[in-house]
Amino acid sequence: MSPAVAEEPLERRAVISGIGQSDIGRRLGRSELDLTVEAGLAAIADAGLEREDIDGLSTYPGMGAGTGGFAGPTSPEVQDAMGLSLNWHDGGGEGAGQMRAVISASLAVAAGLARHVLVYRTVTEGSAQGTGGRQGIGGSGGGGGGGGGVPRFGGFMQWSLPFGAVSAANWLAMVAQRRMHEFGLTREQLGAIAVNNRANAGLNPKAIYRDPMSLDDYLAARMITTPLCLFDCDAPCDGATAVIVSHRDVAGDLDHPAVQINAVGTALRGRPSWDQFDDMTTMAARDAGASMWERTELKPADVDTAQLYDGFSILAVTWIEALGFCGRGESGPFIEGGANIARDGLLPLNTAGGQLSGGRLHGFGLIHEACVQLRGEGGERQVVRPGGRPVEVAAVANGGGPIAGSMLLTRGVR
Amino acid sequence: MVANGPMLRLLPRLSDDVAFFWTAGADGVLRLLRCHDCGFFIHPPGPVCPRCLSRNFGPEEVSGRGHVETFTVNYQQWIPGSDPYIIAWVSIAEQPDVRLTTNLVGVEPEDVHVGMPVHVVFEHNDDVWIPLFTPDGEGAAVGS
Repeated sequence: MSPAVAEEPLERRAVISGIGQSDIGRRLGRSELDLTVEAGLAAIADAGLEREDIDGLSTYPGMGAGTGGFAGPTSPEVQDAMGLSLNWHDGGGEGAGQMRAVISASLAVAAGLARHVLVYRTVTEGSAQGTGGRQGIGGSGGGGGGGGGVPRFGGFMQWSLPFGAVSAANWLAMVAQRRMHEFGLTREQLGAIAVNNRANAGLNPKAIYRDPMSLDDYLAARMITTPLCLFDCDAPCDGATAVIVSHRDVAGDLDHPAVQINAVGTALRGRPSWDQFDDMTTMAARDAGASMWERTELKPADVDTAQLYDGFSILAVTWIEALGFCGRGESGPFIEGGANIARDGLLPLNTAGGQLSGGRLHGFGLIHEACVQLRGEGGERQVVRPGGRPVEVAAVANGGGPIAGSMLLTRGVR
Repeated sequence: MVANGPMLRLLPRLSDDVAFFWTAGADGVLRLLRCHDCGFFIHPPGPVCPRCLSRNFGPEEVSGRGHVETFTVNYQQWIPGSDPYIIAWVSIAEQPDVRLTTNLVGVEPEDVHVGMPVHVVFEHNDDVWIPLFTPDGEGAAVGS
């Protein structure tokens, strides 16, 4: 497929001018709207803006996207709660992973539909699971139907629910098993992701799990669905993350470096399905990664830190390969022992703890941390590159299986 | 311990486009939608052949043979009371890029490997015949 590249990718007209996060915890007992407003106001203030400056609103996954604390408030609810007057708004769950909301905002800014877009993602899954069991699946797959008794299922879920394949944990366990078969990935190598992220979470006051964890701790954890154990699965939590996407001409007005969107990866070239995707080891991450590099002169070696989706550890492994940080099949040896992905390594990974230890902020925690690192505001966990060079390029990836999006972000406008 | 499946089968709705698939086991066979123009097996079923866009297609019997492409042994109690069970993606012999999510039954989890040849067996549950797979050389349908 030929790449769809404009002379200058239009996403480069957009910068992330402000970031904000609510309180984050396992069970905060606060409403999703309350958390969203907290994060939104923090991001607006961080960008040096007033509420009246916000003329766009964008979120993932939008209306009708499920229960159990997964969806967060809709854009009309947030508009009303914050008293916003909007030129453009958007919310939805289909697209390049959770960051579709940021990508869509960048295009709205580039098109002149809005000047400052508040983009947010809010979860209250921690509180929701406090009163019920852990949900196997987020979102709906066609829903139940028929008369009384146990509901029946249609849509894509009918192909997996009858077999007890009820969770993304099951589907991604099969991705991991396939990777073990094709490339010899070991549990010890996979465990390097969880151990690395936990070490970084220890330096993030907002992280959910901050106690040190060794590889032996990882290997001793209970099995969920082979080869994935408890520490291969992320931590449901409550929290909201917000970013302000603005036109790049505001960069000079900020009291911190603007974070420019250099390129986005949005492709989906294989079959959009967990069990039918042609390559069982990378899936849509392969396509998002390829399409991102088609839109930029930057190379994988230019990346100073990677914030890669780790709803399950195997996804971070997949993304390392899909974004070209190592060759196909080489991610196991690349991560083994953790040196390459440590804060002082070749590819500092998930420096705030990722979702495995930082909490399932569902992609947006990773976007937030990429901005923190690019602005040099990471404090104890700030990455410093060889020779004292600051972080200049960050890669962010969201999603897994047939859902994937990626972005390259830079410190300052290029 | 020989694995079977989850404690409870969540069942599909037998809507018009998929009923043929979920009831084929009544005849002891597996059926998939196949394009009569280009021969492509269309799974899951759709309104046109995604390869040649023909609407000239229908259910066709396949051998029920395939291979384990990957698998997992589930321990988590998503469905309370379940013993560990094996979920797999099985490719069908006729077109290896068509995969079925299924359970491997009548086999010990430690004996399963990627590439293992398997064949379909059916578990009859209400008005649905659930296609499960078991290693070649193993026996008859489970359940009733």
